[in-house]
Amino acid sequence: MQGSAIEIENLTKEYPFGFLHLKKKASLEGLNMQVETGEVFGFIGPNGAGKSTTIKLLMRLIFPTAGSARILGKPISDVEMHREIGYLPEQPYFYDYLTAADRKDRVQRMLKKVGLDTAHKIQLRKYSKGMLQRVGLAQAILHDPKVVILDEPMSGLDPLGRREVRDIILELKRDGKTVMFSTHILSDAEMLCDRVGVIVGGRLRGVGAPGTLVDIKSQGMEILFELRGASNAPLLSKATRTGACYRLHVAEEELYAAIEQLRGAGARILSVSQVKATLEEFFLNLVEADRAQAAAVEVSGK
Amino acid sequence: MRRAGVVALNTFREAVRDRVLYSLVFFALLMMAAAVAVGQISIGIEQTVIVSLGLSAISVIGVLISVFIGVALVSKEMDKRTLYALLAKPVRRWEFLLGKFGGLVLTLAVNTAAMALGLLLVMLYVKHSLERSDAVVLVAVYFILLKLALIVALALLFSCFTTPLLAILFTVGLYIVGLYVQELRDLPVEVMSPAMAAFTKWLSHLLPNFENFNVMAMAAHGRAVPGALILQNTLYAVVYCTIVLTAAAVVFSRRNLK
Repeated sequence: MQGSAIEIENLTKEYPFGFLHLKKKASLEGLNMQVETGEVFGFIGPNGAGKSTTIKLLMRLIFPTAGSARILGKPISDVEMHREIGYLPEQPYFYDYLTAADRKDRVQRMLKKVGLDTAHKIQLRKYSKGMLQRVGLAQAILHDPKVVILDEPMSGLDPLGRREVRDIILELKRDGKTVMFSTHILSDAEMLCDRVGVIVGGRLRGVGAPGTLVDIKSQGMEILFELRGASNAPLLSKATRTGACYRLHVAEEELYAAIEQLRGAGARILSVSQVKATLEEFFLNLVEADRAQAAAVEVSGK
Repeated sequence: MRRAGVVALNTFREAVRDRVLYSLVFFALLMMAAAVAVGQISIGIEQTVIVSLGLSAISVIGVLISVFIGVALVSKEMDKRTLYALLAKPVRRWEFLLGKFGGLVLTLAVNTAAMALGLLLVMLYVKHSLERSDAVVLVAVYFILLKLALIVALALLFSCFTTPLLAILFTVGLYIVGLYVQELRDLPVEVMSPAMAAFTKWLSHLLPNFENFNVMAMAAHGRAVPGALILQNTLYAVVYCTIVLTAAAVVFSRRNLK
């Protein structure tokens, strides 16, 4: 890592609404964040959290109410700096009368990379959503940018397409590029990102490596076992049954006693695993807390 | 400037592939056919009828394209979000606008030239020969093109800050008002209050004067257009377009996209 590729300082975006646009709603509130050079940074949050707003502000498609941002050390208002940035918009749409490629070897190579090498002569209006997404990705990396910003790159893709996008992101990282992408799919973020930023209700709620954001302390043990025939072991009432298999969640200190009791009842232990909090749980807790806070504000009439 | 040129070429390509444009060209050809039919029953005044009808058709079709495609130039890009990928590249917003303007004016120039050629062919068909004085038709077509460029600039300006429907209404409204600017200037100011007279005069100079570009009567009668008028109209169109496009660029450069 050699310094920050993207620096965001107190970035705020408010939208006017209501009669005569006199009221204002903050879509993003004082965002402070850095994306380090060469890292893959995941920007996660629910719909309307401010992910796309942040990315659009960085791409100067909208303008901030307050705050500033720099990419590769230059202010985002510097148009020439955009040569070094690749951008995939959310739900990309291109001139539909064009074909994906009519020239240049590099275009052909990029299309091959995103799995569209056989469809390059078809007009874009005939493309599926997933194919458009891939064209969007190809145009974002076509000019060999140093920083690649992708808004929901996995959206609309089938499992194969998602896998291809993951591979492309990892390849970009290997080539020393900085990648920032927003996503709803937490498993992708966990798998790909050096660090993630969680944004909820326009405010950044946490930044760090996916493993450090969540409480990695064990939240108990899970025993998977098989039991044929009836048994009146007391623990069985706490287990969840799926066919002949049962899942039982116990505290770590109760593990051996539970195993003995189950074996005594004639159960065959299939596996024992540690239960840890996931990024998803961390994320859901934040979203739920935010909703509860919003509801409380509404009730108090503030 | 090179980037504006790329946008212009793409706009031209899009407009040429637009089916609306094709249908309007077809309509032009139809009008020419009508001109021939009318010419044959108008004994002695074939040229007047054909030139009037032909130039009117070129003007009406051009105005329709300028207004409807002119307004769509920016609003369609914003609606379909094709603008996102483009503006994220090192392209300034004014370069994008200038390219869009240049692309549509280029399209109109090609389209108008094709229709003018059709008109000359019809004249040749009716009169069996073309004279030097017939060149005035080309001057009239050039003036129509200048007028269309001005309409495109206005349509672009309006589409930068309002909805497509309102932009169309504003552009058409201003075009109609612009046809009667001379009447506004000729109003008897002595019967008005001094403030009203000053306002009328100020307004008559602020509004685009589209009647300046109308030399249809001269062309229909084969009368030459003075060189000074050609120069004056060219300068007027260039200066007015520059002012309108600058205003459009200022508005568009501050606009938040959806």
